[in-house]
Parts: sequence; C-alpha cells; structure tokens
Amino acid sequence: MVKEEQETANRPDNTAFTQQRLPAWQPMLSAGIVIPGFVLIGLAFIGIGVALFVTTRSIQVLELDYSGVEQSSPCFKCSDTSTKNCVCNMNFNLDKLFEGPVFFYYGLSNYFQNFRRYGVSKDLDQLSGNLDNFENPTDDCVPFQYDANKKPIVPCGAVANSIFNDTFKLYQIIGGTKKPVPLDGKGIAWWTDYNIKNRNPSVTPLKNAFNGTVQPSNWPKPAYELDPTDPANNGFINQDFLVWMRRAALPNFRKLYRRIAEEDYAQGLPAGNYSLEIAYNYPVLSFDGRKKVVLSNVSWMGGKNEFLGIAYLVIGSLCVVMSVVMLIVYAKFKFPDEE
Amino acid sequence: GVCAYVRTLLFLYLSRPEIWVDSRTIYIGHKEPPPGAEAYIPQRFPDNRIVSSKYTFWNFIPKNLFEQFRRIANFYFLVIFLVQLIIDTPTSPVTSGLPLFFVITVTAIKQGYEDWLRHKADCSINECPVDVVQRGKVVRTQSHKLRVGDIVMVREDETFPCDLILLSSSRPDGTCYVTTASLDGESSHKTYYAVPDTMAFRTEQEVDSLHATIECEQPQPDLYKFVGRINIYKDREEPVARTLGAENLLLRGATLKNTQYIYGTVAVYTGMETKMALNYQSKSQKRSAVEKSMNAFLIVYLFILISKAVINTVLKYAWQWSPDRDEPWYNHRTENERQRHVVIRAFTDFLAFMVLFNYIIPVSMYVTVEMQKFLGSYFITWDEEMFDDELGEGAQVNTSDLNEELGQVEYVFTDKTGTLTENNMEFIECCVDGNVYIPHAICNGQILSAASSIDMIDSSPGGYRREHEDLFFRALCLCHTVQVKEEETVDGIKRGIHQGRPTSFYISSSPDEVALVEGMKRLGYTYLRLKDSYMEILNKDDEIERFQLLHVLNFDSVRRRMSVIVKSSSGDYLLFCKGADSSIFPRVVSGKVEQVRARVEQNAVEGLRTLCVAYKKLSESEYQEACHHLTEAKLALQDREQRLAHAYDIIEREFVLLGATAVEDRLQEKAADTIESLHKAGMKVWVLTGDKMETAAATCYASKLFRRSTQILELTKKRTEEQSLHDVLFELNRTVIRQRSMSGLSVDCLDFGLIIDGATLSAVLKPNQEGAGNGNYREIFLEICRNCSAVLCCRMAPLQKAQIVKLIKASKEHPITLAIGDGANDVSMILEAHVGIGIMGKEGRQAARNSDYAIPKFKHLKKILLVHGHYYYIRIAELVQYFFYKNVCFIFPQFLYQFFCGFSQQPLYDTAYLTLYNISFTSLPILLYSLVEQHVSMETLKREPTLYRDIAKNSLLRWPVFLYWTCLGVFDAVIFFFGAYFLFDNTTFTSNGQMFGNWTFGTLVFTVLVFTVTLKLALDTHHWTWINHFFIWGSLLFYVIFSLLWGGIIWPFLNYQRMYYVFMQMLSSGPAWLSIILLITVSLLPDVIKKVLCRSMCPTATERAQVGVGETADFTFQPLYDPIDE
Repeated sequence: MVKEEQETANRPDNTAFTQQRLPAWQPMLSAGIVIPGFVLIGLAFIGIGVALFVTTRSIQVLELDYSGVEQSSPCFKCSDTSTKNCVCNMNFNLDKLFEGPVFFYYGLSNYFQNFRRYGVSKDLDQLSGNLDNFENPTDDCVPFQYDANKKPIVPCGAVANSIFNDTFKLYQIIGGTKKPVPLDGKGIAWWTDYNIKNRNPSVTPLKNAFNGTVQPSNWPKPAYELDPTDPANNGFINQDFLVWMRRAALPNFRKLYRRIAEEDYAQGLPAGNYSLEIAYNYPVLSFDGRKKVVLSNVSWMGGKNEFLGIAYLVIGSLCVVMSVVMLIVYAKFKFPDEE
Repeated sequence: GVCAYVRTLLFLYLSRPEIWVDSRTIYIGHKEPPPGAEAYIPQRFPDNRIVSSKYTFWNFIPKNLFEQFRRIANFYFLVIFLVQLIIDTPTSPVTSGLPLFFVITVTAIKQGYEDWLRHKADCSINECPVDVVQRGKVVRTQSHKLRVGDIVMVREDETFPCDLILLSSSRPDGTCYVTTASLDGESSHKTYYAVPDTMAFRTEQEVDSLHATIECEQPQPDLYKFVGRINIYKDREEPVARTLGAENLLLRGATLKNTQYIYGTVAVYTGMETKMALNYQSKSQKRSAVEKSMNAFLIVYLFILISKAVINTVLKYAWQWSPDRDEPWYNHRTENERQRHVVIRAFTDFLAFMVLFNYIIPVSMYVTVEMQKFLGSYFITWDEEMFDDELGEGAQVNTSDLNEELGQVEYVFTDKTGTLTENNMEFIECCVDGNVYIPHAICNGQILSAASSIDMIDSSPGGYRREHEDLFFRALCLCHTVQVKEEETVDGIKRGIHQGRPTSFYISSSPDEVALVEGMKRLGYTYLRLKDSYMEILNKDDEIERFQLLHVLNFDSVRRRMSVIVKSSSGDYLLFCKGADSSIFPRVVSGKVEQVRARVEQNAVEGLRTLCVAYKKLSESEYQEACHHLTEAKLALQDREQRLAHAYDIIEREFVLLGATAVEDRLQEKAADTIESLHKAGMKVWVLTGDKMETAAATCYASKLFRRSTQILELTKKRTEEQSLHDVLFELNRTVIRQRSMSGLSVDCLDFGLIIDGATLSAVLKPNQEGAGNGNYREIFLEICRNCSAVLCCRMAPLQKAQIVKLIKASKEHPITLAIGDGANDVSMILEAHVGIGIMGKEGRQAARNSDYAIPKFKHLKKILLVHGHYYYIRIAELVQYFFYKNVCFIFPQFLYQFFCGFSQQPLYDTAYLTLYNISFTSLPILLYSLVEQHVSMETLKREPTLYRDIAKNSLLRWPVFLYWTCLGVFDAVIFFFGAYFLFDNTTFTSNGQMFGNWTFGTLVFTVLVFTVTLKLALDTHHWTWINHFFIWGSLLFYVIFSLLWGGIIWPFLNYQRMYYVFMQMLSSGPAWLSIILLITVSLLPDVIKKVLCRSMCPTATERAQVGVGETADFTFQPLYDPIDE
C-alpha cells in the first residue's frame, strides 16, 4: 500500500504542458499561403509607393551653397577667415509659387557632429540650470571647460562652443526694392527640449546667474543675450542653441533655421527674385566642409525624400515578381501536399 | 552475485591507479598494544564530520567568484568590463557590468542556495546520535565526534555512521544483514561477517575488553574492495592475526537489517575518508557536439570581433591622416590626449572598438543555453510515456548537458541481458548426461508432483546415471549464493519468484541463480537454508540432507564460473562447479561431454542461457591443499585478487561433467520494435554481451537486429582457428566491398550483420602485430563494421565493451555513440560513450547511477531518442544560430556607423538599448521557443523514425548553415543601417519641419532590429502555443512600453536625458512608421523566399512530414529502409 502511494507520488503530472501537448497553431510557409501573401503585400507596397512618390514629387526644394569655394560665388570674399563680419548676398529666382509653409534650413556637409568626444562634451546638469555646475563644469567638457584664466565656461563643451553662427536675412526684390521676408524662429526646436529638458537657472535677471563665468570662446555674446528680441528665448532654452545641441546623426546634415509662414508669405514664396543676405561667420573650408541654405516645404510625410517611395515601389514589384517565380517553381516541382 | 564481482573488476579499471602509500594501524578502543608489540604511534585521522558543502560563510564570495571567472566566457566579460572602467570607452561600464553582475549574481545565489542546503544536510548528518562503547558502557554521542578506533553499537534499521569492521552481531552465527541501497542502489540484503574471534561477544563489557589492532589499506573509493588484518592480543600470547575483507567492512550509508544490534569498531575510515564520501566525486564532464560547434562559432565570432576592431582602428588612422580631419576646429583634443604616443592612442582606440562591438558575443547566450538545458530536461522526467508502473519510476536525467546529443546518435551499443531482455529468468530445462528434465509445474490443468513431471528421455535408470542425477540436483542446490528470506522480515523490492509458500523465498543479486534454485525446487529438491555453515536440502523423498559448506569460490566474470566445496554427511569432500560452457568444458576430464555439448548448443540457438555443471571429489589431502591455497591467498594484504584467481585456477580442475541447465530470459516488451525504429533512424545497433554466441545471436534474431535477409559475417574464435585472423578479416572485407559495389546506391542493398567474440576482438585490437602483413587490423575491422547495419559482440568482458565504444568513437568519422545497459558491467561503456543511458533494472542501480539518463525500459529509448532527442537538437540548434544571428544584426550597424562618424566609436544605440537588447528585448522568445518548439508532431516523429536522419551529423549546425545565418544577419544589418541612412539623408521626417538627431536615428535602427529578429523567430516557429504567442508579442510590447517609459520621463539620478522624447517623436512621424514597416519586410523577405523555394524544390523528409500532418503520411512517404523481414 505504501508502495502504491509512492508510485502515484512519483508519477509525473499529466498536464498538456508537461507532456508537451499544448494545443498549438501550426502554420506552414507553404507555397499555397506565401504566393497569395506575396501578391497582396506586393500590391499594397506598390500602392503606398505610388502615393509616396507622387507626394514627394510635389515637394519643392531650393538649395543654395554659399560656402564660397568658387571664385564666382558671391561669398568667395568671405571664405577667407581673416575677414571679419563679412556679409554676402546670394540672389535667386523663383519662377512659380513656392508653396508654404516654407522651411528655411541651413545645411553643413562633411561636418562630424557625431564624433563621440564631441558628442559627450557638454554638461547636462549645467543645461538643466544647476548652478553648481556653472562653477564646476563636468570634466567631459575638456578642453572647453575653463578658459585661460581658469574661469568656468558656460555653456561648456565642444558642442556649445561650435554653435552655428551665420545669420540670414531674406528679401524679396520687388522692382529693385528689397522687401524683407519675415522669418519665424519659434518652434524650430523640440517642444520638450525648451520646456522640460533644458532649463535656465531660476535667477532673475538671468544675467546674474552667469556671474563669474565666461562665454564660450567662439561666441560673440553670452548665452543670456542670444535673442535680444525675445527675453524668453535666451540662455539654454534659446531655440537656435537647442537645434544645434541636438546632434545630427550623419556628417551631411540640415538643421531648421526659420519658418516662413507669416504676413504676405503665409501661402508661400511668390514667384519673383529674392536676395539672401548672409552674415558669413562660420568657417567650414578648413575641414573641407560646405555650407548651404535650403528652402523646402513639407508634406504629410515630411520633406523631399524619393528614396522611401522608390523603395516601396521596388520592394512591392519584387514581391509580385517573386510570387510569379514561386508559382513557376511550385508548378514545376509540384509539392506533394496539395496534389 | 554475478555483478558484484564484475564490479570489483570494473573498479580496478575505473579507479585511479592505486598508490599503496602505507597501511594504517588502528587501535581498537584507543588501547595501546601490550609491550613487545609494535610501538604505539598515535596516527592522526580526520574526525567523522562529513563536509559535502563547497563553501563556508567566509570564503563564499571570493571562492565562488573565482570559480565563476574561471569560465572563459565570464572572464571575457570581466575583461571587457575592466577595460571600460580603465580607459575612456564609448559605452559606460554599466552596459557590460550590469549583465555580468546579473549573471554572476544569479549563479552565485543558485550555488549559494544549493550549498546552504548541503550545509543543512551535512549538519543533520553530523549531529545525528550514535552509540559508542566507552569504558564498558554505551554512551550516546554525536556522529561527528566519532574517532577512528571507537567501538560503535548500531541497532536494527540504523545507518552506519562510518566504515566499520563488524566485531559481533546479535545473530549467533556472527552475521548481519545490510542493504546498501543508498550506496549503490541495490536493495537486496547482503550478508556481512563478524571477525570469528570476536563474534561471541554479547555485552559492552566483553567488547570493551577486546585488545586488538587493525592494519588496513589507506582509504580508497572502491566499495567492494577492502584488505586488512586484525591482530588480537590475548594475555601474553602471540597476537592472533585474522584477515579482513570487504565482507567484514560495513560501509557508511548502508543500513542494518534483520539484525537486532551489532558492535562494530570505527575501523578504518571516518568522515571524508569513508568510501561513501570518496564516491561522491564528480564524474568527468561530457561535452556535446552542439557545445563543440558553439565553441567553434564563438571563436569565429571572436575573430570577427577582433578584425572589426582592427579594421576600424586602421581606417581611423588612415582617415585621420589629413590634419583637418584629425582635429577640426570644433573638436579639439585635450592636452592629455595630444601628448600620448600614437601607438598608445591606437591601442586605446582598438580596445574602445572592442568594447563597442563586444556585444556580438553575448553574455546572455551562456545563461540562455544553460537555462534551456536545465529546464528542457524536465520534459524527460515529466514524460508519462516513459513512466513505468511496475517500477513506479519515470525517466531520470542525471545531466542536462547532453539533451541535444540524444538527437545525434549514430551508434547504439546495447547490453543484452536486462536491457534487450527482461532479466526475468525462468528455468526451462536441465540435462544430465544428455537426458533432459523439464519441470511441468502445470500440466493438463492439474499440478503434478515434481517426481512425475520429470520427463525421461532415456528410461533406463542405470546406477551410473542415478548417481549423476543425484549429484547434479545437489550441485545446483548447493552451488550458489542465494539467500532464503522470511517474508515478513523483508521489505524493499522482492527478488525471486514467489512460489506459493508465503513463508520464504530466495533472493540473490543474480536472477539466474534464483531461477536455478527455483527450478530445482520444482524438480523436487528444495534448498532450505544455510544454518551454522550447514546447507540444508529437502530432497525428493522429503528428507533433509545437510552439507557442511566449507568454501565458496565466488563468481567472477573472468573465470565465468563459481564453485563450492562442501562436506557431505557421509564425510566426502565434494567440489561443485557451475559456469559457462566455455569455462567448464576445458576443465572436464570425464562425463558425457558430447551429449551435453550438443544440448547446450541447441538450447543456445533457441536463445536460452545455459550453464554447465560439473563436480569433483576431493580426498582429504586434496582438500587440505585446496584449503591451504585459499587461506594463503585470502590472508595476503597485497595482490589478493590475483592470488585468489591463481588459487581458484589450481583448485578448479579435473572436473567430471554432470550436465547443463537452460534458463530463459524473455525479450523486453517492444524491444524488436525499438530496434527496428533505431535502424530506420539510421543508427547502427551493436549488441555487446557476455553471453555466448548462439544465445546472443538468437536474441538478436528475436529482436530483429538481424533479419532473415541479413547476411551474417562471423569473426569468431572458431573461424580464426581455421584460418588466420588476417585472412578472415580480408575475406570479410572483400565480401562487404563487393556487395557494396554491386548494389551501388540501390535501396535494397543487402545488409550485413557481424558477429565477433571477445577473444577475436582482443586479437584485432592488439596493436600492430609483427609479421601480420600490412597491417593494422583495426582499420579493416572498422571498415567492415561501417558496412554492417548490426553487430553482435559476444563473450565480452566489461572492459572490452568500453574498448569497443572507444574504438568507434575514435574512428575517423567521430560518430556520436550511445551506450545503454542495466548492470554494473555496463558502467564502463556507459561512461565511455558520448551518451550513457542506464536502465533501472534488476541488477541494481549502478548503471542508472553512472548514466547520463536513466530510463525504466529499453523501449523508452525510442521516445527519448526519436522524439526528445530530435526536439532538443532542433531547439538548441536554432537557439545557437539565432543567438549569433541576432547579435550580428545588432552589432553590424554599429560597425557601419563608424564609417559615418569618423571612426570615433560613437555608439549607434542608447546605453539602455545596448544593455537590455540581449537581456530582455530578445531573450525570452528564443528561450521559450527553445523549450516548446515542435517542428513536427510527436506522433509523426515516432511513426517516421527516418526523420532522425535529417538532423544526423549535426546537420543544423554545420558551417554552411552557420554561414547562411551569419550572412542573413549581415544582410539584415545592412538593410537596417542603410535603410535608415537613406531615409535620414538630408531630409526631415516630420510635418513640422523639425529635424531628428543621432539618437532618433539609432532608435529607428534599433526598433527595426528588435522587430525583425523577433519576427524572424516567429517565422521559424512551427508550433504556436499560447506560450509562444505570449512571449513573442509580449516581448515586442515590452520593448515599446519600455521605450515609451524610458523616453517619457526625466529619470532622476541619471546623468543623461538624451533619450528624452526621442521614441515618441519618432512615433509621431509618418515616414518613420512607413520605413519601419518597409525595412522589417525587406529584412525578412529573403529568408521567407529561401524557405518557400527550398520547400518546393528539394524538401527534406522533415518538411514533407510537416505537410503530411493529419493526413495519411504512411503512403506519401516510403521509408528508405524497407522492412523486408517476416
């Protein structure tokens, strides 16, 4: 009797799991399922691809390289680094309406914002308004941590130091007179960046927080005077600053500078002649870089990018072709299951 | 019993080469010997504390850490971690430190817990009470306080606290019964003997007055071997020396049975020196073929890792050649860096690249593989089909390291007795001088008396015949080691057949002996008992005959016989011997050898186990001489075994042949079916047995190992006597090759069966004989074997079994071998083979204990190999390949990114993603897949053993497959990276014109990566249970939720918020969604196409079977191996 009890105790549980007999769905990648599947996916992709392609074709982009490499370029005179406060004008012509809202980008090429050392060279505590880090910036900022007089640099680090400092003004030339096109600098950075992530120290006026610190060596003015027109757009929540601080992923990149969506230009830039006035400050030729200005409008799927649409079309067609190939193979080799 | 002696032999082989350092001297009761004897040198022995725990409270952390970091993988991660701590590397030390810490902690906790359990167990053992005789009184003390030399009193059903020499027992004959179930699993009662001079002691005082020393060998692990001597000092006399053997030594862990109490002295070994403790050493680790492939792959990946780092370092310096790239104005170096020598900088860069790419060899793979093996092995133990009601036990897993090896077996070496057959012996007949006697227990519905059931072939009862008949039956009643047990005093597993007399039955460790004694009982001669060294027999006329048992010449597998010397009531000295025909016939001088031999051979052909019985009469002087030989050999401290063998050889000569017996051993249930399945699965089955050729061959035919169509090749002593071994081998080889070339690759190729015997085998294996022509016979022999579907090796000694396994293992294909057996004589081959399977049989648990897997019956082999083995193999193969694949996918984009970030070691992914990718985002689906995947249903696997061939030779882990997976990984990684690259190229992703940064780029790649690798696994899953659904979709959901949380909150105490809102921003962008969908589809496409095309163009048997699910698959797929038999 004892033995019987022992037996039942030893006997393994007869559950579906322990006996590996759980009910299961057993799909099979057989030709019968895959071929129609491929056709469906292919058609869907072609549809999306066509839509994307059409959309992207309607997007207008205007690129102006103003690095001033060629002698013919109006900015050639500014490319010499010894020239200070150089201003050059680039003229261009639109033969039809450039539909709005138009986005004004500056673009840099062969510029490695994604260098690792460069990327870590900033003090996040400083940028979130921690006054302790105003006095003692993190070591990550070296060699842009203290200036020659051992005064802390605020904001410290290579990223802040190398902020893009060309400025642009756009004029429409109407009958020989320059009509300024209003450029809107609001909402060019991520909302979370200037509302939550980066904070100025809660000191009023903001200037006082920067006592005992120096501005980065490349900066013409301190952080609290970045935007004289809007006191709320200064310090670490200045949007131009934030746009620069969000590092680009690749060495050729574009950053949003302004939006053109106001006054007469709410519908876009009308056809006509335009003049772009550039305050040329930012040296790029030393590392064989290029600077450009890009005007672009966007659609529901962002800026102009033919790649996505074409990729969808290619993959869609490939799926359809493959389904045909598979059909041929299937017919030829007659899989034994469905005869 | 048979196996007890086989074991002795075996341990000689298995235990480490014996080093006789010294003998030890023990002073019983700590009393000095009288002056004049050797000086009293108190020797230091350990106390009786058992320490099975590995760690103490203090050394746990350092010792455990040391042991863990001895594993090469852990060490590798430690090095990476240290590099991260020391130099400025792209990722924080947390990324590799956290997983390493996690793995180390989990392992440490597990090991710590196990050790704590061991501590507790040790404690309860060490503190259990023992009775010790001190100054004539019995005193209670704790087990660990025992010292060598103490006299211990043990009561019935108590366990011996250490290895004891039996001084006296409550039984008047000075014996005691012991079960060693916890030592070797044998629950039969074994008899141990007290030292004759002390067996009369009855009280503590008497015992305490004993004045003696014991000399014995130093501790060694062989349970069945002990040599010692006791010197008893009596008043002013020369000390009396008595030999001590294993029969006097009670082992720690054994239990006293059927004996009220005993006095034993703490003779020899205490604490960690007891034989039990010495036997707890861990066995050698077997490594599976999958593990070997995995290590090879790891080396490849290590190489890839290093070359990636080297390439990037070299390119970095080539690229930086122009100074504006080396140090553009916006990214100045620090003063420190500038001063550093360029070589040091390059080396630092190399290390940094190593750190960046180190995730390609994931720490979690080891953990996952180990978990998979550990958890997966439960399915074997849980399997109800492998549960045996009779035994009340299911399959056991002793090591989970070899699960997948069960799916790779190419050679099966099986024992015959107890494995293929039941080992449930039944007496069939006996033959005396050619006259056959068959017991008819039941005839025409009524039980006949034993006398009338004797079937007379020759009905003229001559005096000569009558005499031989009497001797024959008495021989069988006397020549054995069977014990008679009273029913009510025995518990545990009952041995012997219950014969309707509830009062007693026979037990023995050899079922043959029980069958013979039972058979004799049915023929009218009942063995009653052994009492005071007199054996009592109830003969046909219901008279009790008494024989004085003088000597037992025990069975061993080398001699293959046993003898007893008895003195009959008329004062004659008689030697009875029974044994295998081959060991008896050469020693016979008279008797009807021819008739008996004919009968033996006929019985053997029928598959019966035969034994021959002979006797010889000894004169007084002959007896004295024999006694002299035996005692001399038994008294020897050294080489006792050899001396005994020699003595036996001298005594067991000049026999008169009496007759032979035949015992039937039935085939195990479904043995034939199992063997047929194994054959169909492409395995070669070899039967290795100690039995004689005819018996074994008959069993092989019955179990369908040989079919009628099988052409039998014989390589036996008989043939090699006629021709030289050389000629036989070459001739057989020619036959095999001719057949092969004739039939070519046709399906109905004639299959060969080879029979070889032990003697010929050792001749074949003898290294390169002189003058034997060109050759190594080994190769020719292997060549023949390779062409035979079945091989029978008979007359094998246990060591030869292991030799055969070794030979095949070492042959040039390095096949995976499996050995299965039930007895102690199979242990050597079980340990030798890649996979050792023990059958929980009648001959004790030795085999099951030493095996990797233990199953109740031979038929379970089919399921454990064809179903479990197959599943485990495909599961672990996918696990290994997938792990490498997903890490290529993971790390290769990082590698590509270096080309676009100036080789600055900028990581593509965020730290959290780097850390958690292998730990949580992609770990559980593959673990669960590798636990529950069933690419084909269990029924199909059982029905179609040929499917096993699909995975033979490690087919899923071969280099082409590995290359395919790696290429797929590289392809996917290229798609991820360049897909994202072209999408990000100079454009905005959002409808508000804002731009994304590098972390969004990385997150996009990472999202595509996580989805692709998870969906790739989903594509490979054939068996979707709720578990798969839960973990696959659950882990994707977890990734999304984690990313939302990780980016959704400003995490306090965290030094960076670079991921803040990155994931949400990405999800708010339409093109990001579209590109994620596109990239996932493109990455999965080639694999799907490859699968579909392969399926239709050249489907494997498995793929056909997958389709055939639910349909009648029997006719759609004809097995290659057509069973032509019957």
